[in-house]
Amino acid sequence: MAATETYPEDLKYHTEHDWARIEGDEAVLGITWFAQDSLGELVHYEAPKEGDSVAKDSPYGEIESVKAVSDLIAPLSGEVIEVNQKVVEEPETVNADPYGEGWLVRIRLSDPAQADALLDVDAYKQVVAES
Amino acid sequence: MARTLQLTPLHDRHVALGARMVPFAGWDMPVQYEGVIPEHKAVRADCGVFDVSHMGEFEVEGPRATELLQSALSNDLEKIGPGQAQYTLLTNDRGGILDDLIVYRLGDFRYLLIVNAANREPDFRWLKSRELPGSDVRDVSDEYALLAVQGPRAIERLGLPEAKPFTFAEAEIDGIECMANRTGYTGEKGCELLVMAEDAGALWDRVLERGAVPCGLGARDTLRLEACFPLHGNDITGDTDAISAGLAWCCALDKDFTGAGRLREIKGSGPERRLVPFVMDDKAVPRQGMAIAGGGEVTSGTHSPMLDRGIGLGYVPANASTIGTGLTIDVRGRERRGHVVKRPIYEREE
Repeated sequence: MAATETYPEDLKYHTEHDWARIEGDEAVLGITWFAQDSLGELVHYEAPKEGDSVAKDSPYGEIESVKAVSDLIAPLSGEVIEVNQKVVEEPETVNADPYGEGWLVRIRLSDPAQADALLDVDAYKQVVAES
Repeated sequence: MARTLQLTPLHDRHVALGARMVPFAGWDMPVQYEGVIPEHKAVRADCGVFDVSHMGEFEVEGPRATELLQSALSNDLEKIGPGQAQYTLLTNDRGGILDDLIVYRLGDFRYLLIVNAANREPDFRWLKSRELPGSDVRDVSDEYALLAVQGPRAIERLGLPEAKPFTFAEAEIDGIECMANRTGYTGEKGCELLVMAEDAGALWDRVLERGAVPCGLGARDTLRLEACFPLHGNDITGDTDAISAGLAWCCALDKDFTGAGRLREIKGSGPERRLVPFVMDDKAVPRQGMAIAGGGEVTSGTHSPMLDRGIGLGYVPANASTIGTGLTIDVRGRERRGHVVKRPIYEREE
């Protein structure tokens, strides 16, 4: 079941179509509606392990549809403290609910100030419009 | 310089249905409408329709048409009479596969060949250059559209009589004349409807009204891979031979078609590697070009909607090709395990 196109206002966005929900010194990461729609039905999530370090602008895992595979780009640096096992088991969860049930990892931020460099919703919508 | 993509007679309908269009073999084709997985499952459960008008059609005619084709194609043409069709290979002198195609015997001296879109021009040149006095090869692709209607309920939904696989007959569907070929690329029952290009839109509309789900090239690929049908350009090429590819069954090695001598040698000594179907045990999607440990390579890979796991076809050393043999695939630097299975990878239980 595909979600309808939305970009929540409370999220920070990365130009590679990833989002971050910042909660104190932690953040939840995922991919945007545009990313899941471009890939199509997701069938595999190659997740990082808890304790892995992720670096802003670098891949931390892969998400794969029937036809294509895409790197997951970290919008922020930190340490993985939780992986969404529901998406590991049922990757199509991301198609149905990319900002809710379809989150990918929770990280503890190593440099919260990095968030200042991320896009707000209006700036990200502009990226989508130009894609 | 960008080359203009060709459009099938149904292009406007695909766009109107909201299909995602992609370039394929020089054509702008629908890769999916609703989604690959629901389209795939519609074909396995009921009935789907694919626009495959990008494929090429040649007519070969004349008193020496049989002689020409038997010298170029691997299968034994004497096995089919008018109204029958045959899967066969166009081979080069090294025994390599220039194309795989279906030949339809229209009459004693007249044949129709339906070939892969990407090979239409080279196939035509190959055959044309081998014409004999008394055999004429014509590319009639632009005159026709081709709709593959596939699935356990396809024949019933079209209101066609039951018929054996690899036969064909003239048919009329809601007043539209076509040639109904009992062939396909999904592993399901069904047919491929060859229709005059100007009637294609009306036939497509009638087929949808009869309940067929529009399906794109994405589902076509996952369906053929579950059924273990090779894809020319991936699994079979001018550099791979029919024996290694498991296609000896469509090679009449007692005939003298191009490359037959080389194929007899390979069969005699045994191929060094074989094309095998495999299923992943680990969670991973194999893809074309990935290495298989021990000197093999994945030639096609995808996620099987029916098995909900990775599947593929690949060449492995002949001594590691038996059913059940484990294999390790390099998935972007990670070792992922699978095993060789028997053909087909998936078959619906009747």
